[in-house]
Amino acid sequence: MAGNGQGNGGAPKINGRAYPIEDHAYDVVVIGAGGSGLRAVVGCAEAGLRTACITKVFPTRSHTVAAQGGIAAALGNMGEDDWRWHMYDTVKGSDWLGDQDAIEYLCRNAPDAVYELEHWGLPFSRREEDGKIYQRPFGGMTTHYGKGTAQRTCAAADRTGHAMLHTLYGQSLRHQAEFYIEYFAIDLIMDEEGRCRGVIALNLEDGSIHRFRANMTMIATGGYGRAYFTCTGAHTQTGDGNAMVLRAGLPLQDMEFVQFHPTGIYGAGCLITEGVRGEGGYLVNSEGERFMERYAPSAKDLASRDVVSRSMTIEIREGRGVGKLKDHIFLHLDPLDPAVIHERLPGIAESSRIFAGVDVTREPIPVLPTVHYNMGGIATNYHGEALTKKNGNPDTVIPGLMALGEAACVSVHGANRLGSNSLIDLVVFGRAAAQRCAELLTPNDKQPELPKNSADFALSRLDKYRYASGGTPTAQLRMKMQRVMQNNCAVFRTGEVLQEGSKLIHEVYAGMPDIAVTDRSLIWNSDLIETLELDNLMAQAVVTMDSACNRTESRGAHAREDFPNRDDQNWMKHTLSWMDEKGKVTLDYRPVHTYTMTNDVAYVEPKARVY
Amino acid sequence: MVEFTLPKNSKITQGKTWPRKASAKRETEVRVYRWDPDDGQNPRVDTYYVDRDDCGPMVLDALIWIKNNIDPTLTFRRSCREGVCGSCAMNIDGTNTLACTKAMDDAKEPLKVYPLPHQPVVKDLVPDLTNFYAQYASIEPWLHTVSPTPETEWKQSHEDRQKLDGMYECILCACCSTSCPSYWWNSDRYLGPAALLQANRWVQDTRDEATGERLDKLEDPFRLYRCHTILNCSKACPKSLNPAKQIAELKKTMVDRQL
Repeated sequence: MAGNGQGNGGAPKINGRAYPIEDHAYDVVVIGAGGSGLRAVVGCAEAGLRTACITKVFPTRSHTVAAQGGIAAALGNMGEDDWRWHMYDTVKGSDWLGDQDAIEYLCRNAPDAVYELEHWGLPFSRREEDGKIYQRPFGGMTTHYGKGTAQRTCAAADRTGHAMLHTLYGQSLRHQAEFYIEYFAIDLIMDEEGRCRGVIALNLEDGSIHRFRANMTMIATGGYGRAYFTCTGAHTQTGDGNAMVLRAGLPLQDMEFVQFHPTGIYGAGCLITEGVRGEGGYLVNSEGERFMERYAPSAKDLASRDVVSRSMTIEIREGRGVGKLKDHIFLHLDPLDPAVIHERLPGIAESSRIFAGVDVTREPIPVLPTVHYNMGGIATNYHGEALTKKNGNPDTVIPGLMALGEAACVSVHGANRLGSNSLIDLVVFGRAAAQRCAELLTPNDKQPELPKNSADFALSRLDKYRYASGGTPTAQLRMKMQRVMQNNCAVFRTGEVLQEGSKLIHEVYAGMPDIAVTDRSLIWNSDLIETLELDNLMAQAVVTMDSACNRTESRGAHAREDFPNRDDQNWMKHTLSWMDEKGKVTLDYRPVHTYTMTNDVAYVEPKARVY
Repeated sequence: MVEFTLPKNSKITQGKTWPRKASAKRETEVRVYRWDPDDGQNPRVDTYYVDRDDCGPMVLDALIWIKNNIDPTLTFRRSCREGVCGSCAMNIDGTNTLACTKAMDDAKEPLKVYPLPHQPVVKDLVPDLTNFYAQYASIEPWLHTVSPTPETEWKQSHEDRQKLDGMYECILCACCSTSCPSYWWNSDRYLGPAALLQANRWVQDTRDEATGERLDKLEDPFRLYRCHTILNCSKACPKSLNPAKQIAELKKTMVDRQL
């Protein structure tokens, strides 16, 4: 246990109540134990750095577990492939908002990252011919710069995320990484110079407060899908790290870009992998038409997700939706050989039976575009170091802070992520961040004294909500927020709807001081945790809406009906958004990196995005 | 060791019946185990009435509905809500399963919800699974190899890969282990069905080069052989896996290597 700014285990008085603090010191603290967090933990442990991983759920419960279709890497097992083609596809998928140096880093390191997972035991599906890893087609993945269809997505049936997360957890056990499981991170510790010095967390099991100080803090807390009413994401997907960054007075990037997955189960929202379409499944409207042929003549059902989600929305709007209310679309797998479904898509067959009552060998699955992934997050470079814009420098590194995975905006996904590019993002940048830590840090290095009252900010927030005795239960305000986001910041957007959304979401935000928490305890107080999570979601909802309001063009997942075209002249730039305590949002921009990392590949010039 | 009667402070008392929603037309009565570590009281069973027209079909939907509308203090784990993360394992209608994939209509009314049996309770429906996780770690769930690592992937035939089906899908929800009487009795020394299924997953993996060592570690009167093929595990598994069969495979492999 380390000393700290105010004496060991001091119990600062917050509103007259004492919260004893337990202190810890590490070289690196990772917040989150999904794919990217665990990969970073393994890398840091290998480098001999004292590493702690704080997670609010047991590692194998993190939402990486729910990823289905696969992980993209140009292995070339199924036919010719090249990481440069993967890069081209990713740039095009990002609608030229991705930083091409980072995209190059991702794609050229992808094959090694997949081989590494395989060497660690990930049970990939195999080719009959030669026992190599099986790869399937996925949306937007092509060969020869858009000419052919690539089979690039490495799969473990339709449970790739599950297999990957369990593999990574096994590796972290092998390296005897130190876990703090079911600890909820409350806030970052920032010092006067703007360096991140660690994090304050609450141990759910006994209600104790823990102060982790570290020379590097990594945020790997995932996305914030739960800001919306329906999403494919888990209940725990509340973007806690993003919100901690906003509260630390730092910006988030490109928050207006929210991916709707074309195939969430109608009603339940559960994910049905794009791999279904990769294996030959297709979408059909009420007239029995395979309508994607009209919208994307070449890629059809395997166009990129934003394109398919918009096409489905148009079909429904124009009265060609299916079902009693004509408000969804059918996904057919029935032409597929049941043996193929059994071997490659067993998980979605199970989900469809449970959540839609459908036997996929006979009946179509009712689906609807559903919030799935946040392209936006904490701006980083391709080493994982968090960035802000300071004194005109758009690439200013925030010392002591890194971000990974869905919480980060590297930005490799730009305005729209390609399916199977997120799992590869997790391991490539998890590894990159650990390597960077090995370069920057010395194991067991001394740490300067923490600023005085380093826990006050976090604890006063905790105490405020613990004793919140307003008139609005957490669930009620959360529902209001989710409704506003669902109604006013969806697949298609207009200035009018977004303006209204902005007004409404700020009103909902202003309701936070009236929140009511019933449970006053500290042991497993899930009422309090849900309220802290709501507070986190709320901040992200506000900056998402205001960033969307501000961007007057259509790019990737951000489709403005009043500005239907991409406007590279004015908008080929990242949005940065800050938010103060009162909910006031400040926006600024960072340029997109229009250069590659090496000379091995040329910058992909912007052009029209047609599938 | 198992206890034949519950200790005094674990005896369940009758709890509170919470007010019903006046407007509800179609209700399900739900009885939920409650225990608050802070109040010094014995556990109790509270009764709630869930408005089925305002609530999804699953037991987890009901618990969330109760938490959102009636009683925010009700505490349970949940995350993915689609049966892949394993958080919401609990005892529902007398069977261990996942609340998120168990339809209310498939259970008897009143719907009875308890934490996973024979585990220390942290609060309400949240059990302490520390021992369960330590047992999983003890089987060393990662690939052991001594041969030089290839530059690309280890090759594995399609058939060899199929040997892992029925095992790698395990989500560590603990439904099987906590349904096993032998595990209730000897969970300090018997690894239980989940950890053993995982052990067999690595024994059967043709890429793994530590099969002998793995089997040696299981060669013990308790770790493996406390399985008495009661088969509660296979009945309970919400992922339709068959842990009992995998344990039998392990025992068979043990015999085979003697021959």
